[in-house]
Amino acid sequence: MTVKPVIGTLLYLDGVSVSFDGFRAINNLSLFLEPGEMRAVIGPNGAGKTTMMDIITGKTRPDTGRVVFGAETDLTKLDEPAIAALGIGRKFQKPTVFEPLTVWDNLLLALAGDRRPRFSLWARETREERERIEEILATIRLGELRTRQAAGLSHGQKQWLEIGMLLAQEPKLLLVDEPVAGMTDSETEQTAELLREINRTRSVVVVEHDMAFVRALGVKVTVLHEGSVLSEGSIDHVSNDPRVVEVYLGR
Amino acid sequence: MTRVSTTICVALVLGLSVLMAVLNLGTAAGSALHVPTYAVSLVGKYLCYAILALALDLVWGYAGILSLGHAAFFALGGYGMGMYLMRQIGTRGVYGNAILPDFMVFLNYKELPWYWYGFDNPVFAIAMALIVPALVALVFGYLAFRSRVSGVYLSIITQALTYAMLLAFFRNDMGFGGNNGMTDFKDMFGLPLQADATRAGLLVATAVMLCACLLVARYVVTSRFGKVLIAVRDTEARTRFLGYRPESYKLFVFVLSAIMAGIGGVLYVPQVGIINPGEFAPAGSIEAVIWVAVGGRGTLVGAILGAVLVNAGKTFFTGAFPEVWLFALGFLFILVTLLLPKGVLGLLQRAKS
Repeated sequence: MTVKPVIGTLLYLDGVSVSFDGFRAINNLSLFLEPGEMRAVIGPNGAGKTTMMDIITGKTRPDTGRVVFGAETDLTKLDEPAIAALGIGRKFQKPTVFEPLTVWDNLLLALAGDRRPRFSLWARETREERERIEEILATIRLGELRTRQAAGLSHGQKQWLEIGMLLAQEPKLLLVDEPVAGMTDSETEQTAELLREINRTRSVVVVEHDMAFVRALGVKVTVLHEGSVLSEGSIDHVSNDPRVVEVYLGR
Repeated sequence: MTRVSTTICVALVLGLSVLMAVLNLGTAAGSALHVPTYAVSLVGKYLCYAILALALDLVWGYAGILSLGHAAFFALGGYGMGMYLMRQIGTRGVYGNAILPDFMVFLNYKELPWYWYGFDNPVFAIAMALIVPALVALVFGYLAFRSRVSGVYLSIITQALTYAMLLAFFRNDMGFGGNNGMTDFKDMFGLPLQADATRAGLLVATAVMLCACLLVARYVVTSRFGKVLIAVRDTEARTRFLGYRPESYKLFVFVLSAIMAGIGGVLYVPQVGIINPGEFAPAGSIEAVIWVAVGGRGTLVGAILGAVLVNAGKTFFTGAFPEVWLFALGFLFILVTLLLPKGVLGLLQRAKS
């Protein structure tokens, strides 16, 4: 079952399957993402949400199927740094920032640019880099904490720093895994605002458990179940879908 | 803070070495200020170990590569220098052979093995003493890091590396003097090795090289490269998703570290007067890890401090109470691990603030 990719598709998963020790984590999953789109992906635990992210970012190779980015690039042939260089950024569920480094240095390392040792060994901070970091610090509201070690930030601040690092990467596509887990209500609200702001210039895929947050985003929703798409559409559409109701509420 | 401690360290190492050299050469043997030649060479040896410790701290402290085989690079550098010194003996050897070193005559070699060619030239010999450790580190590191071997598994294969070399260099037909190694050196760059002035010069040269290595290492760890390295050490997976290739970073620093260890070995051999396969012994590499831990891992200056302190302690204890040294060393390591996670340097910094 091969479908021709729609012209102008940013990300296209075509019949992707992967098994771990006989367990089918992803089962013939197909998914399109348009350029500039924000998509929420929901589903019960074990539905394959994180595995899907792993496949897109090159951490896990699918057994079958294709993952096409942009016009022609087959992501299943590339490793993590190569995929990151193409412009796919990833935010993990647990905030992972570089704890011993300052907020500023965390952003500096994330800025788009040459990643090779022979460059970083001689690199000096340029004025453009400083301006870009200032801009991001303003967006993520951590300007006051720029010289603070990332290890000393609160959980919410770390999440924001990581989102800032993703902005610094200037990706075309941003994958965000449970951004509001463990956040306070006001932090959740600010995060939704921040994601919408990011979405103005780039595509975003958000994996989330928090239904209120998904509703607040107000975007197309994909429901995963047992490794494939169960339902897709607006939040009202999927929450009225009897199959979704059964999976989420019926057990 | 790190800049201050680096400056203090450079000043102390250079100042004390020059002072020792001056007091050794400039005062009479009976004078109260006289520094005996054996002390000059002893401190020179400590500083060579300090170069090894510095090299180890660069990979362990900043890249998280706990190498338990770093003395292998030190020993390879030492063998390169040893080969040069052997060729310098010439007809003054026991067998008086102008071309073949004594052990080759003894083992019935008819001609010089091809890999000994050029080692009569000091520039070539020293270059090889740095290139060979670098190449070994490059091949070993490439394979290990590319396969994402890390943590305790990496430590185990570095240990295996040095053990394999120990066995290889023990063999007589390797052409490196087998069990006995190389010794009985006469002179270096035309200067007699037993002369006080040569000894004092070697101490100062070692101090200068140690400081140069410290400054290079400090540049590396404070550059943007060093920040990436620290990121790789703590959160390797995350750096990949940012587009960095951790294996390239580790490989670069591993090779640089191997070259530094080689420099230590080059300076070590003329000062102790012998190189043998014992330098490859796994215990030696583990001892180097203890020096770094005692001084303070991930501080560079701490590695130097630790190497000097522990080796001075070793000299004292093995003279005064030879039977307790190994127990003292083991106890020290446990003590530092439990009570001083940042080593002696961390303790000094805490006392200051």
